[in-house]
Amino acid sequence: MNASLLLLADSRLPAGGHAHSGGAERAVATGAVRDEHDLAAFLHGRLTTTGRVAASLAAASCALATTLLPDATPAGGPASGGGEAGWTALDAEADARTASPAQRAAARTQGRLLLRVARRIWPSPVLDGLALAVPSPHHPVALGAVAAVAGCPPRDAALAAAYHSVTGPATAAVRLLGLDPVAVHRLLATLSDTLDAIAGTAAASPHPDPTPPEGSPSEAPDVWAALPAHAAPALDLLAEQHVRATTRLFVS
Amino acid sequence: MTTPPPPATPRAAHPPATPGPATTPPDTHRTALPHSAAVHLATAPQPSDARRGAVARGPGGRRAMTAHAAIAAEMGGRGRVVLSTLRSAPPLTLRQTGPERVHLVATAAGPLGGDRLRLDVRVGPGARLEVASVASTLVLPGRGESVMVVEAHVEAGGRLVFTPEPTVLAAGCRHRMVVRLTLAAGASAVWREEIVFGRYGEAPGRCHSRFDAVHDGRPLLRQEFVVGDPAVDGSPAVYGDARCVGSVLFAGDEPRPLAAEVGEGRAVLPLAGPGTLVSALAPDAVRLRERLALPAPDGP
Amino acid sequence: MGTDHADHHHAPDGHGRALRLGIGGPVGSGKTALVAALCRTLGPSMRLGVVTNDIYTTEDADFLRRAGVLDPARIVAVETGCCPHTAIRDDIAANIDAVETLEERFGPLDLVIVESGGDNLTATFSRGLADKQIFVLDVSGGDKVPRKGGPGVTSADLLVVNKTDLAPMVGADLTVMSRDAAAVRDGKPVLFTSIREDRGAHTVADWVTGMVHDWRHVHATPETPHATLHP
Repeated sequence: MNASLLLLADSRLPAGGHAHSGGAERAVATGAVRDEHDLAAFLHGRLTTTGRVAASLAAASCALATTLLPDATPAGGPASGGGEAGWTALDAEADARTASPAQRAAARTQGRLLLRVARRIWPSPVLDGLALAVPSPHHPVALGAVAAVAGCPPRDAALAAAYHSVTGPATAAVRLLGLDPVAVHRLLATLSDTLDAIAGTAAASPHPDPTPPEGSPSEAPDVWAALPAHAAPALDLLAEQHVRATTRLFVS
Repeated sequence: MTTPPPPATPRAAHPPATPGPATTPPDTHRTALPHSAAVHLATAPQPSDARRGAVARGPGGRRAMTAHAAIAAEMGGRGRVVLSTLRSAPPLTLRQTGPERVHLVATAAGPLGGDRLRLDVRVGPGARLEVASVASTLVLPGRGESVMVVEAHVEAGGRLVFTPEPTVLAAGCRHRMVVRLTLAAGASAVWREEIVFGRYGEAPGRCHSRFDAVHDGRPLLRQEFVVGDPAVDGSPAVYGDARCVGSVLFAGDEPRPLAAEVGEGRAVLPLAGPGTLVSALAPDAVRLRERLALPAPDGP
Repeated sequence: MGTDHADHHHAPDGHGRALRLGIGGPVGSGKTALVAALCRTLGPSMRLGVVTNDIYTTEDADFLRRAGVLDPARIVAVETGCCPHTAIRDDIAANIDAVETLEERFGPLDLVIVESGGDNLTATFSRGLADKQIFVLDVSGGDKVPRKGGPGVTSADLLVVNKTDLAPMVGADLTVMSRDAAAVRDGKPVLFTSIREDRGAHTVADWVTGMVHDWRHVHATPETPHATLHP
């Protein structure tokens, strides 16, 4: 594990994550989540659906970004950056897995904010290239690219994405329901094995060949078509209800 | 579950669109077959032991089947749609029930564990086709996993409406559903998918469905539903206390039926690409259908 | 926020962009009324944008829009996830995004006001978000508040003590407040206002105008000329 992963996964990373509840605020408002027991089920369901998808997209993005890093570019080739077709295609795969417009907007807002802070923390032509191709990428796509630039392998990117999918809602539930923060962290701890398993599977998914023979960054999006696409219909409904709510504390 | 097929025009079996076994077995009885054997059977009515009631005896009621059915609709002369292929393969039996309409008629129980079923649908340029089914599909346990694959292609100007009855996951089943819907630029489709978590009062078996819609070479919608893991099914993030999940996809050059909206157990979701998804959760199949319904003229 | 962003990645040194003014203070001290008064006073001579950080609703943004002091599209509300101070201090990303969105849509601007959600005396703006900040107190909290200090009172570029009209009713001694504030603020200015009675708002507006002038002097670039100000 690269130590940069700790920075990336830290909820204190100033990338706007604190204002997203991942559906938890609306779930609390509708009574679907009232206590620790409900929260445990909410988090487990979220992790194994959208969390799994985010992890896979982040791993794919990290693998793509790795092929674009200056070190990976053959001498005499393009300085680095680029990869526009790849970024656009991967972001489209994220779109196709996010049916809810509210969820797409939330993912893109978080991706844009992460990309902005990361470009100051870990300046890289790879991130410039992503921002140029997709100014507001889906969060997992941004996270994977940032992870690669920070020196993390795809498995770490996947782990950070899966972790991110549950820590936001967990923190929001602590704030909204006044739950015991230690009890909620115990809940998160019980998800460790699932987090590891999801990250491992995500990193094992096929990715574009990191060392294409011609030296050009791989633009083989077909391998992304098969990435996981687990839907969470209740989260879609919650997200759509949330953006229409007249009172809300969290963006999503 | 035993709704009789609607009156159907008896139809001569069409030659397979793709090269099949030269000698199609004339016997329409449920023949014991090895898992890997492909069979192409005529569309003749099945004997009574094909009824679900008969198979309710248990998984041993019949052996696993492998079947590959196909439909192709093309524009013929004088602007009429011609079904250039209508190849049944029990238990996937096809009946033409209208000029541009085909019904799936289940002529055997199941799918059962071990079944490998596949349906190919092709709508040629400018052609129209509706595919429906006469009754719900009750997925039953058996030896291993049952698999249902639907591969659909719609060419430019073509329009496919695919609205089968729900898939009901009986206790103990292990089912995999794969749908690949490919639309050319200028094509459109309406696609309904409904999954019911077990019969009344019954815990569902396991099911993993995957739906991939690609429009003009770009991904439009990719969705997987996993049912049967109690820790996930009941999650307020996934299905909550619902017993059914369903969606209707309006894909391609379909006029967007409605703007984004959300109601009790349902949402109308404009996709990033050309299409809209109506997504719903419900306590039962009747309410699921109500929630998926749209007042739009093109609604299913 | 929309998703139609260009690849804006402004240099953090502030060249070529508007002055960002944070307005913070406890709940009910009159922050929103002050923002409305500033918009009314400065609107004719400056190109403005406003970001609100409501705690639970878009009430402040709606109030400002209804007040008709500014084109409603120039007022953007940011959700703060139960933690208004986090959004202006520890994780300013959403506010920066909102500010940049306004500058992108309506820019160049002269002044963007970021109003914090009502919070406590420890809440201050990060220097990464606000170039200058005003802390708004009101007298009904008691005349001992300035003496207690806290980062808001001690470090804000301008301290505004509002609702002076209520001082006799709550037994607050403005002289004491003035003396205590001066003692903890190391010479930085304090202004007394009664925004509701339309008293003193112009003095705050004058102070803001001076700040915008100074900012323009240092940070204007030929590509983003600032409007001629008419103080």
